[in-house]
Amino acid sequence: MIKYLINRLLWMIPMLVGISLISFFIMHLAPGDVTSNEESFNPKASEESRQKLRELYNLDKPVIIQYGLWLKRIIQLDFGSSFASHQRPVLWQKTDKSGNIIKGLIQESLPITLMINIIGILVIFTSAIILGTLSAIKQDTWADRSITIFVFVGFAIPGFWLALLLMYWTGVINQWLPISGLHSLGYENLSSFAQFIDLLKHLILPVTVSSLSGLAGISLYVRNGMLDTLHQDFITTARSKGVSEKKVIFVHALKNAILPLITIIGLSIPGLIGGSVIAESIFAIPGMGKLFYDSVLMRDFPVIMGVLTIGSFLTLIGTLIADLGYAWADPRIRKGLVK
Amino acid sequence: MSKIIKNPLALCGLIIIFIILILALFASVIAPYDPNYININSILLGPSAHHIMGTDGLGRDVFSRMLFGAQISLLVGFVAVGISTAIGIILGSVAGFYRGWVDSIIMRFVDIMLSIPTFFLILAVIAFLTPSIWNIMIVIGLTSWMGVTRLVRAEFLSLRRREYILAAETMGASDFNIITKHLLPNSITPIIVSSVLGIASAVLVESGLSFLGLGVQAPTASWGNILTDGKEYIQFAWWLSLFPGLAILITVLGYNLLGEGLRDLLDPKNK
Amino acid sequence: MYKLTLLYKIIFKIILASSLSFLISCTNNNTEVIDYNSKNLINAMSAEPSNLIAMIAGDAASSAISSKIFNSLIKYDKDLNYAPDIAESWKISKDQKTITFKLKKGLMWADNRPITSKDVMFTWTLMTNPKTRTPYASDYLLVKKASAPDNFTFEVTYEDNYAPALDTWASLNILPEHILKDEDINNTYFSRAPVGSNYYKLGDWISGQQITLKANKNSILGDAKIPELTTRIIPDTSSQFLELTANNIDLMNINPIQYKRVFPSKPKLQKKINLYKELGNGYTYLGFNLKRAPFDDIKVRQAINFAIDKNEIIKGVLLGLGEPISSPYKPGTRWNSPDISPYPFSTKKALKLLTEAGYELNKDGQLSKDGKPLKFEIVTNQNKQREMTAVLIQRRLKEIGIDVKIRVIEWASFVNRFIKTGDFDAVVLGWSLSLDPDQYNIWHSSQQKPGQFNFLGYENKQVDRLLEQGRRELDLNIREKIYHNFSKILLEDSPIIYLYAGYGLTAINKRIGGIQKPPPAAGIYHNSHDWYIRKLNSRNEMAAH
Repeated sequence: MIKYLINRLLWMIPMLVGISLISFFIMHLAPGDVTSNEESFNPKASEESRQKLRELYNLDKPVIIQYGLWLKRIIQLDFGSSFASHQRPVLWQKTDKSGNIIKGLIQESLPITLMINIIGILVIFTSAIILGTLSAIKQDTWADRSITIFVFVGFAIPGFWLALLLMYWTGVINQWLPISGLHSLGYENLSSFAQFIDLLKHLILPVTVSSLSGLAGISLYVRNGMLDTLHQDFITTARSKGVSEKKVIFVHALKNAILPLITIIGLSIPGLIGGSVIAESIFAIPGMGKLFYDSVLMRDFPVIMGVLTIGSFLTLIGTLIADLGYAWADPRIRKGLVK
Repeated sequence: MSKIIKNPLALCGLIIIFIILILALFASVIAPYDPNYININSILLGPSAHHIMGTDGLGRDVFSRMLFGAQISLLVGFVAVGISTAIGIILGSVAGFYRGWVDSIIMRFVDIMLSIPTFFLILAVIAFLTPSIWNIMIVIGLTSWMGVTRLVRAEFLSLRRREYILAAETMGASDFNIITKHLLPNSITPIIVSSVLGIASAVLVESGLSFLGLGVQAPTASWGNILTDGKEYIQFAWWLSLFPGLAILITVLGYNLLGEGLRDLLDPKNK
Repeated sequence: MYKLTLLYKIIFKIILASSLSFLISCTNNNTEVIDYNSKNLINAMSAEPSNLIAMIAGDAASSAISSKIFNSLIKYDKDLNYAPDIAESWKISKDQKTITFKLKKGLMWADNRPITSKDVMFTWTLMTNPKTRTPYASDYLLVKKASAPDNFTFEVTYEDNYAPALDTWASLNILPEHILKDEDINNTYFSRAPVGSNYYKLGDWISGQQITLKANKNSILGDAKIPELTTRIIPDTSSQFLELTANNIDLMNINPIQYKRVFPSKPKLQKKINLYKELGNGYTYLGFNLKRAPFDDIKVRQAINFAIDKNEIIKGVLLGLGEPISSPYKPGTRWNSPDISPYPFSTKKALKLLTEAGYELNKDGQLSKDGKPLKFEIVTNQNKQREMTAVLIQRRLKEIGIDVKIRVIEWASFVNRFIKTGDFDAVVLGWSLSLDPDQYNIWHSSQQKPGQFNFLGYENKQVDRLLEQGRRELDLNIREKIYHNFSKILLEDSPIIYLYAGYGLTAINKRIGGIQKPPPAAGIYHNSHDWYIRKLNSRNEMAAH
């Protein structure tokens, strides 16, 4: 088990290098640079001042050197400062000489995205198990059929359209849920419990949008997994031994069907992180996805590179955790019997 | 083919795909209006006898735009999947056939690409190049070959040891011949399923990009960019949000159904 | 292991179920969960400010907030005349090269320290320091000598009379020397925790979500009637509109379709929201690349001017919410010449000019000269209004036999690949202008280098002279004549075709009172400090009626 862990961790290093190379390469496809965003087309801003900006950000050095300089810094976890929000550090806060703390962009937005994705994963995990199992047990009944239809539709529905429909329903027709932001006004004045509820209310729509297709796909997977498992010999054996049907399903079958589920969820993490762009932009959630989208439009290089790198890093971690979870859960791997 | 008809899922999917294909191919004949005709007197009209799906913010007929949007979605789907499948087949064959360090490098490359959230990658690349339909097709193709690679490689690895392959080798057939004449044809099943599902995914990505303004550029119609208008006037022009979204849903559903159906049919386990 | 899985599953289900039930029990028909402090005005902004030090950050979001926190030496009053801000009076020397400002006495920063000429001197020094990362230094660098002979006097001497000078002093936010003197202005925390002198000071700033401004007791201009301003950051304008409808914001900018189509269709909205419209400070135009044929021929340009129906564009693109113009100046201001008017729509006149220029219709119905058909490409950025404008132009020109193609490009690519390189035929673009009539940067022949604003390549010696004169003439009446003359020549030369000046459209909840209708020259916000919240009506109560 330890060997497995070390092996995986070591592999992460060349992966990270590869990711950084790809991220960097992409940045330099651009014909524009940071000084070309809208505000600079202002008759009051002169060309010399823009040239000054270019020099200050190293944009005029050869590409290889820029990469080297950048790599050196990110190894020390210094992703620089945003171009657009002049001083905000990209990753982590910095303290200036007067002791003021300026928070990093990713530092502030990542927890929000993580929160949405973790809640999303929890929702997916539980709902998929429930739906998938129900569907498998009651195979070919109307319950199964309707769940299957729901699953297929959920899989095919474009996330941004779902977001629009929800926005319309909750913003125009009924007004049950807030449609933008993370907190209501006056949030600070609420009790902790009310704050929690307020936050949940704001999260319902984005979480629904970002996790629906994952939910659909995984429910299908659970259903198929359960069906496969339920037809296997050991289940028949258990039944013939007189084990109650409930135990058969929930203990024996489910246990086996869930194992690959962990890996599947691990594999869907990049999709969740990438998908956060749309949900966050539409519902004005200040998370990492929205940060990425805004910085792409503004050609905010340090932030784009920072988010791509951190996003990939998170995906690696997520897959690692999923694989470790699987390795631990599967006694064969845990005991080192199989790699 | 007859098996497809018997499987209800696949059949449903096939019918849907066929209808959309016809609508797209004959868009110029079916469309009642020029999709780009801006009419300042018909801005944001609801569905009516004149405009069965209403008009958009520039007075253009939505139904006509939807038909041409179908062309775009399918075009992007086919080309992008064509590119990704081609890359996947090449890389997967090489990895599965030669194994060894070649295989290692290719699989590591696959892992790296899989670790970068695809949508982030596509967004970044598209925004840096000028957004255009060709760029989208290429970028989607260049970021979705990983699945095919793995599938092809897996098939090759399992087929490699079969007798008829060994026989071909002994007879002195070239590597290229073995790959193309023996291994690939027998790996065709997962490739087909993956391609069909890949089209569904490409349609979703293209419409997402167009929705964000980074896909197909104005004035070309795309289901995604009709939805951008829909978002802007969401409480006023519900038709701009309903129809394109439904179209995307149905198209993607169609391909998914066909793909899943094919998978069920062709998967030897499910007999 | 299975016991654990089961346990986890049960816990998850309980959390989910209880959260959902609480949520459902807590919801009611109003998204206003808390009855927040109804003493504040809430508005929405699409982007977040990046830096509240105006000289460093030029984006609209930042200046919207910083303008409420800081003052300048002078400002504009409701009729767009100069009025005291930090300075109580100012004098221009006989040779017109020196301005002496006398500051008001007894003014204090929000942190109770006095405001003196040291602060003004400090601000100017900062602005002109090459290390300061500001794009706005060029106007202030024209000052040859600046001094603060005593605590309440500030004097600047220019190399040459510089007429736009007062406008530049109306735009310079004065910063506190005592706080910033040892700080690196490019990286100081002050940009997120400013101390100013105006009606408001920064309350709290929740990154990505909202900014709250609270009344500043030391406000040098007296107290604002509304004690708190909250700006919510909602990137999407349609979400903003939904929030306006749901009573979560009081004020937002709207577009013509919302003004003319959406709003009238919703009686509930009309009961609680008022709409305001006023002419903005900019205009939209069709610009020609004057270095390229056929636009080097004045007759072609004038012909196109006649061939475009500007009223049709205003009606179609702005739903009538705009005005045609004939000069770069806002109608209603003194700089706008009453003697000139836009080219009327006349295909006859257009064709006549084109014939004179040597064009005639070929067998395909296209105008051509020497075998080459008259055609060009319009490039514009992703903006629905500009796109529609370009199409309407395309149609009108097709009617007289000119073939026009349209290309829509995303902004950054547009500026870099077409504007800066000079590689375009024609563009549909807009200018957003300052209140000073100086147009040197845009029209003078010396401003044609890549990255400068005369990217159309306009060269007219008479105009050059007028622009140079206008910059140096401090007498307002003489200046007015100069710019009227300039506008006349520009209209005749037609390097651009003025398409429209659009109205700024604002929707404000009826609970906010004190807004002047019709708005004065300076706009509806000029007296925003005098706006008040009507007594006893919170947002919710208004909606119930």
